[in-house]
Order: sequence, then C-alpha cells, then structure tokens
Amino acid sequence: MNPVNYLYLAALLFTIGAAGVLVRRNAIVVFMCIELMLNACNLAFVTFSRMHGTLDGQIIAFFTMVVAAAEVVVGLAIIVSIFRSRHSASVDDASLLKL
Amino acid sequence: MENLIGLLVLVPLLGAGVLLCGGRRLDRSGPWVGTGLAAVSFVLGVWLFADMLGRKGDNRALDVTVFSWVPVGGFRADVGFHLDQLSMTFVLLITGVGSLIHLYSVGYMAHDERPRRFFGYLNLFLAAMLLLVLADNYLLLYAGWEGVGLASYLLIGFWQHKPSAATAAKKAFLVNRVGDMGLSIAIMVMFTTFGTFSFAPVLAHADQAGEGKLTAIGLLLLLGACGKSAQVPLQSWLGDAMEGPTPVSALIHAATMVTAGVYLITRSSAIFNGAPDAQTAVVTVGAVTLLFGAIVGCAKDDIKKALAGSTMSQIGYMILAAGLGPVGYVFAIMHLVTHGFFKAGLFLGAGSVMHGMNDEVDMRRYGGLRSYMPVTFWTFGLGYLAIIGFPGLSGFFSKDKIIEAAFAKGGTEGWILGAAALLGAAITAYYMTRVMLLTFFGEKRWQPTVSDSGSAAEDGNLPHPHESPKTMTIPMILLAVGSVFAGGLFSINSAFLKWLEPVTGHAEGHSPVGAGQVTAATMVVLVIGAAVAWQQYGRSPVPVTAPRGTLLTRAARRDLLQDDFNHVVLVRGGEHLTRSLVYVDHKLVDGVVNGTAASVGGLSGRMRRLQNGFARSYAVSMFGGAAVLIAATLLMRAV
Amino acid sequence: MSALADAVSSTSTGEAVQFWILAVVAVAGALGTVLIRKAVHSALCLAGTMIVLAVFYLANGAYFLGIVQIVVYTGAIMMLFLFVVMLVGVTAADSLKETIKGQRVLAGLCVLGFGILLAAGIANASLHRFNGLGQANSGGNVQGLAALIFTKYVFAFELTGALLITAAVGAMVLTHRERTERAATQRERSEARVRTGTQVPPLPAPGVYARHNAVDVPGLLPDGTASELTVSPTLRDRGQIRDVSGEALAELAALEQRAQERLESGRGEESAHGQGAAK
Repeated sequence: MNPVNYLYLAALLFTIGAAGVLVRRNAIVVFMCIELMLNACNLAFVTFSRMHGTLDGQIIAFFTMVVAAAEVVVGLAIIVSIFRSRHSASVDDASLLKL
Repeated sequence: MENLIGLLVLVPLLGAGVLLCGGRRLDRSGPWVGTGLAAVSFVLGVWLFADMLGRKGDNRALDVTVFSWVPVGGFRADVGFHLDQLSMTFVLLITGVGSLIHLYSVGYMAHDERPRRFFGYLNLFLAAMLLLVLADNYLLLYAGWEGVGLASYLLIGFWQHKPSAATAAKKAFLVNRVGDMGLSIAIMVMFTTFGTFSFAPVLAHADQAGEGKLTAIGLLLLLGACGKSAQVPLQSWLGDAMEGPTPVSALIHAATMVTAGVYLITRSSAIFNGAPDAQTAVVTVGAVTLLFGAIVGCAKDDIKKALAGSTMSQIGYMILAAGLGPVGYVFAIMHLVTHGFFKAGLFLGAGSVMHGMNDEVDMRRYGGLRSYMPVTFWTFGLGYLAIIGFPGLSGFFSKDKIIEAAFAKGGTEGWILGAAALLGAAITAYYMTRVMLLTFFGEKRWQPTVSDSGSAAEDGNLPHPHESPKTMTIPMILLAVGSVFAGGLFSINSAFLKWLEPVTGHAEGHSPVGAGQVTAATMVVLVIGAAVAWQQYGRSPVPVTAPRGTLLTRAARRDLLQDDFNHVVLVRGGEHLTRSLVYVDHKLVDGVVNGTAASVGGLSGRMRRLQNGFARSYAVSMFGGAAVLIAATLLMRAV
Repeated sequence: MSALADAVSSTSTGEAVQFWILAVVAVAGALGTVLIRKAVHSALCLAGTMIVLAVFYLANGAYFLGIVQIVVYTGAIMMLFLFVVMLVGVTAADSLKETIKGQRVLAGLCVLGFGILLAAGIANASLHRFNGLGQANSGGNVQGLAALIFTKYVFAFELTGALLITAAVGAMVLTHRERTERAATQRERSEARVRTGTQVPPLPAPGVYARHNAVDVPGLLPDGTASELTVSPTLRDRGQIRDVSGEALAELAALEQRAQERLESGRGEESAHGQGAAK
C-alpha cells in the first residue's frame, strides 16, 4: 500500500469536519467537528514525519494537541456561559453580529 | 525737503488714528484737532510749493523712497513718493479745499452726536487721497485708491441709522469695486509687461510695449477711472452718495476724490498717447457722461442731487479733455482745480441752505431765500456764475479751453465732440439757473417739516431760515474767491500751462473754428440756456409738487433709468445666469454625484445582506476563501 | 529500480489490511459525528475516530503521540465534551433542518471543491518516497521527541505552557459568577414568599399521582392533566418534559373499556343463563 493513502484519509476527514462546522448548529457539535479537523491535520503531520524520516512533524502534532486542549477549555467555557445567559447552545441564536 | 513729503501723508493719518482711537475724551476737541491737522498738512503743502517754485522747470520733481514695502524675490514694491507739478497741484487742492471743508464741518456737524468719528474719517480720507496723488508707483497709488474708497464708504454711510444712507454706502462701495477690479488688473498687466510698478520706468518704456497691450491697459485704467469718477457706465453711485453729510459731498464727491480718475488718466498719459483706441474710448465716455449728468441735473428737485448730476457732467468735461491727449491734459487739470473751488463752494452753499431750512432738500420748497441768507446767496451766486462759464470767472477759462480742444480734435469726431461740449454748456447754464431761481428767487414755498413724532403742526415747524455761523461762511467766502479768480490767475500769461507742461506735455491743437468763434458760440448757448430756465422758473410761479413732465423729464428724474438698466441687465441677468447654473448643478453635477452615491448605496445595501449575523455564513465565506487560495496556489505551481 | 521504488514507497501487507479496515471505521465515525442528531452520540462517534487515529499514529511510528492521543484526547478532552453535553442537555436533539437560506448548498459546494482541491494537491505532489522513521526513532521515540522539544522547539514549548495557563485562567474567569451580595437565607426567602403571596408551600413533587417517578415526568392533577409546576424550571426551559398524562388517560380509558366489555359479556351470560333457567 502507498502511504499517501494516509494523506487522502486525512483530507477526507478534514473535509467531513469542515462540512460539519458549516452545517451543524449545536455549538458543541461544531466544536467536535473542529476537533476532527485538527486530528485530520495531526494525522497528516505524523504521515509527513514518517515520509521525511524526521520527528519534526510529530512535534508539530504535539503542539497542535496542546493548543487544541487549551482551545477546547476556553471554547467550552464560552459555550457554557452563553448557555447560561441565553438558554441555548445554537450558534444561530447568537446572531447579533449584524446591522 | 524730501522728508516733508512723507509727513504730508503722515499728519492726517496720525489725525485719523488719534481721533478714531482717542475715545470719548476727544469728543469736544476732536473737530478742532482734525481741522488743525488738515491745516498743518496744507501749510506743509504750501511750504513744498514754495520750495518747488524756487527751482527750475525741469528739475522741480522730488523723489523719495521711504522703505521697501514688498521685497519678494524679483518682485519689488516700494513705498516711495513722487512730487512733481501735477502732484503739487493736487496736494494744494486737496489740503486747501480739505482744510476749508474741515472748518465748515465744525459748524455743520456741531449738533451731531459723533463729530469726533466724522473728523477721523475726514482725516483718513485726506491721508488716503494724498497717498494716491503722491505715490511714485501704481501699487501704492492703488493702496491710496482703495483708501479713499473706504473713506468714501464710511462717510456716505456716516448716518448709518438711515437705511437709505447705509444702502447708498454699500452701493457706492460695490460699484467702485467694479472699477477697482479694472485698475487692479491694469496694474497686473503692467507688471507682466514692464516688470515694475513705478511710474518712471513704466511711462518711459510705454512706447516699447505693443499697441495692443497699451490699449488693454488703457481700457482697464479707464474702467478704474469710470468707477472712481462716476462716469458712464459706472455712474450710478454718485447720486445716492449724496445721502452723506453735505461737507462730505463737497469734499469727496465733488472736489477731490471723484477727480481721481482724471488724475489717473493724466498720470498715465504716456500709455494713452500710445493707444489711440483707448483714447477714443475715453473721449466717448467723457462726452456721454457730460451730457448724461447734465440731463439728470436738469430734472432733479433735490438740490444735492442736482449738484451731483452737475459734478458728473463737469468730470465728463475733464475726462473728455484728458482723452484728447496732450492737447487737453493741462485743461483737464485746470478745469479740475477750478471745479474744485466752485463745486465745493456750491455744495457748501447747499449745505448752508439745508442747515437753515431744517434739512429740507427739495428745491421746490425753497424760494426767496436771498434776503434771509445773504452770504450764502452771494457765495452761491458767484459759484453759479463760475460753473456756467460767465466771462472772467474761473469756469469760463477752463471750460472754454476744453470746448476749443474738442473742436481741435479734427474731422467728424472733432465736430461731434465739440457740439456735445457746447450742448453740455447750454444745459449747464439751464440747470444751474434753475437751481439758483428755485432756491433764492421767487416767492416762499416753505413747507412745515414733518417732525419726528409725525405730526406736522401747521405753523410751528415752518423753517426759520437764518445765516449760518462763521465757521461755515468763512470757507464759503474763501471758496467763492477761488471760484472767481482762480481761472483768471491761471490764464495770465498761460501760467498754469507752463507750470504743468514739463509733466504732461502740451501740443497746440489746430481748431477748424477760431478761438474767438468758440467763445462767442459758448456765450450764445449760455444765454439761451439761462433764458429758457428764466422763462420756466423765473417768470411763472413754481408748483410745490413737481408736475408730471415729459417722458425725458421723468426718465431723468430716475437718473435716466440707470438703476433700471442695472437691475434688468445685471441683477436679472445675473439671476438668470445663476438660476441656469443652479439647474445645471442640480441636474447634471448633482445627478452624477447622487447617482454615484445611490449606486454605491444600493450595492452596499445588497452586500450588507451578506452580513446576516450567522457565524456559519461567515464560516462558509472563510472556507470558500481558503478553497480559492488553495486553487490559486495549485495554479501557480502548475504554471 | 522498480523494486527499489517499491521497497521505499510501500508498506507491509499487514499495515495495508489494518489501514483499509480502520480507515472505514474512522470515516464512519467522522460521518456519524456530523450526521447524528444527538450530541452524545456525536461525541461517542468522535471518540471512536480518535482511537482509530491513535492506532494510525502508532502504525506510523509515532508511539508517544499515539498514547497521548488516547490519554489526552479520548480520555480528557472527549470527557470534557461529554460533561458539557450533559450540562447543556443530553437528550435535546438537534434539528437538522437548515434555517439559513442557501447555507447547505454553499457549504456543499465549498466542501466538495475543497476536498477535490486537497486530493488534487496530494496527487500532484511527489510524495512517493517513504524514508521511514527507523533512524530517527533509533534512540527511542520519546527520547527523540524530547531532544527536539527541549532544544529546537523550546521557545514554542514555553509559549505553549503559558498558553495553557492562560486558557485555564480564562476558563475560570468565563464560567465564574461573582456574588455581589450576600445569599438570602432560607428564612428570608420563606418570608419573601409569604410577603408576595406566591406559592407559599413547597412546590409539588413530580410524579406524585403518576406511575412514573422520574424527574422529567410532571405530576398529574386529580383530573389527569399534567402540572408543569412539578418539574424543575431547567427541564421546563429545555422542553424536556415527558408528558405521560395522555398515556395515563388512555390507560384509564382502556381500563374502563375492558371493564365495560367484561360487564357486557357477564350480562350476556347471565341473560342466557336466565333464559335457559326459564325454559
């Protein structure tokens, strides 16, 4: 098997995640889709690492995980506080950013 | 000696500063301070005159540069004075007549509330007028020119609480602006042509510039002269300017300021000599105005307006003479001086009459005043004889020469101009006789004046004419003396001609008609004019209310429709022009602008719908953008 | 030549088998995450995908990342997700009906284009040489990573640490509600209730007159209708009330029906019996 397939898989997962971000309205699910996209990237990085025979790709994937963790913490806190005030977790309800 | 010239301007300017800024403590002494300073400048003038007489004809001129005014790169304008025989004549006229009128005003303005301010303005006028005639370059002359315009504005509107006075001041100022614009453009053209403003180089090199340039400069200078001297077509302000106090009318709007145009043309003689077309324009303006003013003067019942028409007409004579070239310059200035004497005298007489008649100005309500105001009657009468050109008096010598010079122009032109001048002389005799008869002869036609409260008591408000105080009569007597003798004095041995010749040059004209014949013709028309007036106003009683009159009379009462002309042609025309411009502006310019704005607005309104507030919509945009970026990157790699 | 290329550009058969099986699972999980209406199920699908990815990391020689993926992602982050899902409402299913006009079409177009572009990019890239990590991992994968992190990437590492601290503080600040006044005591609250005259006694408990005893089932009033007062306001807001009053009424009706039938048949038998007796 050609290892490029890992990259195709990553692209597929990334695209599915993006579609989820665009289509789903539940903020938590949107968040999960973002995580999916991040993971797809990580897979690509790890594959590249193996292709090039260096560990730098894995380092980047590692940092991505850390940043994703931080992002999830803050993002979920925001979702919770929005839910507290608006009793809704739908991203469409927070649509005041317009004229 | 040179330093005295600057002092000549400085003394009245100092007076103006002191009087205008001095505050209330000068209220009582102000008039005498102003009069004293005017007298000081007259004494200075006389001193300089004596000094000048002590030198020979060709090096009588004095030049002094006081300081460099505008030194910018190659551009240079100095404050410098040039005192030659022409300026000297003006200096003596301005300071002499000016001092007398200052003295007169002390009496005339005695009951006014703000005499200090009045004398401040008068001194300001003297300073500006002296600056005008003493300047050694056109730029400084322009400064003086505007200065006298300002003083004229302030003094016409001196009684600014009267709407008519305020309007008249504004009108004078605005009409003068038109002329001033001509003068300023003339000066600019002069600078581009000669590279300097100074009289000496400009006039010396005038013949080197092309005739077209000279004609342009000449016509623009003529426009300036028309504005200041109330010549057709910028004559409309002078009649209204009579709203000012009478001494102002005498000094500024009869004797001195309005003659500035004549000075300008005479001073620029070299330019006009090189531009025959401009000279033709000058004589045309002069001839038209002398008839125009005379006709207007015939119809006016307001004594000051009749005299204003006369002033216009007499200045028309001067402009005509100045336009004739070297033949006429000397006589233009000579008539200017003699006119300064007798017209100032006439105006002061009119002021004296008004003073005695509760400020009534309608001549139809005068009558029989000669026994009540003997001094006024005699001085006014002498001025009258002088202006109509009674043999032996001032006007005779100067006007006769001008008529002669007009005939000497030669050809058809000469005949037309001569005939116009003769006709003017006849009409002058007519209207001045009319003024004389209406005011001092016939029965009393006094009417009770309407008091401030509006109730015209039958008897109580009837005027009680009386002779004016000494401060008023003394200047009148002195001016009458000038009116009688000045012309004769100038003509003895052609003294005035020899005096001015080094500056203006002189050429004898070759008249197709002999000098004696011209004099005889002038006498004949004079007698005819006076006789017609006697027939109309001397033999039959004069109605108090003016009869309807002929079409010409009615037109002349309305200043020959000058204001209607201005209204129809300038005001209406301007309105139509602006309206059409506004239309174009609204439809075309605004259309383009508003159309652009509307299309941008519409586009934005449509684009705004993209901003629907939904984060997911924005995410689609971002994602689409990312896709486009990747596509672009791939394309670049492929290429 | 081609043998050499094969050697460096392909993997073992075992890995290929593993890839094809697990890739299907991963894609299925991803699709499930996106398509399933309930957030809890989505989260579980995502967890599955992540575990598959962890296996792929391991297969690609990233042993440390594979473990971290399972421990941190699947273990910590996904659990955090589940906590929040529970907090926000576990049973509230999403409506998948699109509300923004044209959003789904646009999203579809974008995603399709994006995917095609990515695939085209990967296909175009010359990625056929596979160096393998043998040499890099020779001193152990964790040691290799540590050597890089604490030398070449130490600055980024420190920054990441600062980021984590900041995120933790930020989350606390966001969710913390500061009390600006003293909390009312029970006595004060009961006094306030009496003063306003609204609901002086305690609220009725759910499920008292019903067969269900769950918190989301409202108590029934004597006439059989549901009383909303008996359910917690949070559930009411979320619309998670399970109204069983209709069910109860239907059961009552069925009971009556059956009783009626029984009575009917009893009377029939009785009359038949009576006729027989009369004969």
